Amino acid sequence: MSLYAKIRHRAGRFRLDVEFETGPGVMGLLGASGCGKSMTLKCIAGVIRPDEGLISYDGRVFFDSRRKIDLPPQVRGVGLLFQNGALFPNMTLSDSIAAVLKSRGDNAVSAASLVKKFHLEGLENHYPENMSGGQRQRAALACIMARGPSVLMLDEPLSALDSYLRWQLEGELARVASEFGGVTLYVSHNRDEVYRMCSSVCVMNAGRTEALRSIDELFESPDTLASCLLSGCKNYSRAGISDRGIRALDWGTELACAVRFGPDTEYVGVRSHYVRKSDTKTGTNVFACRIDRVTRDVFGTIVNVIPLGAPSDGDFSRIRMEMPREEATGLRAGDEIYVRIRPEDVMPLKK
Amino acid sequence: MDLFPLWNSIRVAGISTFITFFAGIFAAYYVSFAPRAVKGAFDCVLTLPMVLPPTVVGFFLLKTIGPLGPVGSRILALFGFKMTMTWYSAIFATAIVTFPLMYRTVRGAFETFDMDLQYFGQTLGLSDTYLFWRVRLPNCKQGILSGTVLAFARALGEYGATTMVTGYIPGRTASISTTVYQLWREGNDALAYKWVFVNLAISFIVLISVNMLETGKRSVAV
Repeated sequence: MSLYAKIRHRAGRFRLDVEFETGPGVMGLLGASGCGKSMTLKCIAGVIRPDEGLISYDGRVFFDSRRKIDLPPQVRGVGLLFQNGALFPNMTLSDSIAAVLKSRGDNAVSAASLVKKFHLEGLENHYPENMSGGQRQRAALACIMARGPSVLMLDEPLSALDSYLRWQLEGELARVASEFGGVTLYVSHNRDEVYRMCSSVCVMNAGRTEALRSIDELFESPDTLASCLLSGCKNYSRAGISDRGIRALDWGTELACAVRFGPDTEYVGVRSHYVRKSDTKTGTNVFACRIDRVTRDVFGTIVNVIPLGAPSDGDFSRIRMEMPREEATGLRAGDEIYVRIRPEDVMPLKK
Repeated sequence: MDLFPLWNSIRVAGISTFITFFAGIFAAYYVSFAPRAVKGAFDCVLTLPMVLPPTVVGFFLLKTIGPLGPVGSRILALFGFKMTMTWYSAIFATAIVTFPLMYRTVRGAFETFDMDLQYFGQTLGLSDTYLFWRVRLPNCKQGILSGTVLAFARALGEYGATTMVTGYIPGRTASISTTVYQLWREGNDALAYKWVFVNLAISFIVLISVNMLETGKRSVAV
């Protein structure tokens, strides 16, 4: 039971070139807006015909450009939940569910059980415009489950919701995905959602996929600039390789690195809370910085510093540190401090 | 006052609107899916009757469906009836002149149609035919309705092409617009005014009903 997709497609200047294979469980497709995530899902669903490629599920070929196979979306059995639900504005919830059940032509599920399962009691005669964002998503899920899909795809399902509803629906989606049990693709640009929802993740960058990996691999040791950005890391510098380790060009300092790195290392990244204040002025990866800005955040303090050795034209010279409020007391913009980065927290990155 | 022109105009406008309703919707549907180059070419041809002087449309019509034209002569020979100078000749003229109004309004509505609705429906297993009639059309209702009403109103007022293919035969081909012209030529201003007011009244009713349809869209079911 696995989904394989190899898709090449051009739309104007945009080029999509993705390939992955995934089994049961939730796979995340993580990428910035406009990187081709939604297009990938639409190709798998069959509503966009890719220029070339091969899409198959469990041995059944959905699309094969060589053998000229292109199953219509109606028979692929791929459920696709859109960002805004995409419910039909002219139909009430029960109309929509009834239409799907009728086209399916058996009585395996009943409308009433779906309404109950997705907590939609009392909304049967509502039009989508009279539902909240979360209700719309649940209603759309009820329609998808009425169809009985073998693959479930969720396209930024939480993006249109405000934060409270988002948290509620996220729990709901996690429950639906685990009850569903089949191949589930979860598309998002939000690393936190992906971290909580998915077991494996495929990073997409400018229309291309990187290798599929487990969620822990991505967050503990991202190896490319794109995946590191998506994993939420905020500090980057261009990098050169030196005999002692990595030279962080934008920070004007040498960094010892505990992770093995290859000659194709072009960037180095360090997460904000791994850049710490140093009490000593010397030591491994200790260097002097000037405080640029101190910002109080909800639960802590963000301190932006610029290394003293940074080139004056470096766009990436600013380093962001996050610390508890008590640690930041007394720090003011313009002060000089020493910072320290442990060698195991230095992440060498490929382009 | 002989009410034949009123009856004739409504009959002609009604039938030609019925034709352009379907023709316009299907042309709009297929053009909206056509590749870009084809789209441009089709769009030009289909919109042409709107920018051409109606007399040019009438001229082409006479040349095709007139008793000497390639179509007209054959139909006359096969079935023995003339396609010009009869009441139904006006249907060909008004259908062609009003077609672009329907086509363009509906195409505009189709272009703003949210394709995600179509995609969602397809993945739910609903057929393309079902989605066309039950999702696309209802959600483009506004555009389709205004296109229809505009086409009907324009058909009622069509003069140039109509007069060329039907002429003016009182009690047989006379329509409101040709009657007004005829009465003015005869200097019968009193009767001409009556017809002008009839025409104004119809136009008002049509436009007011569009506005009412648009504001009273759908009462919300809670």
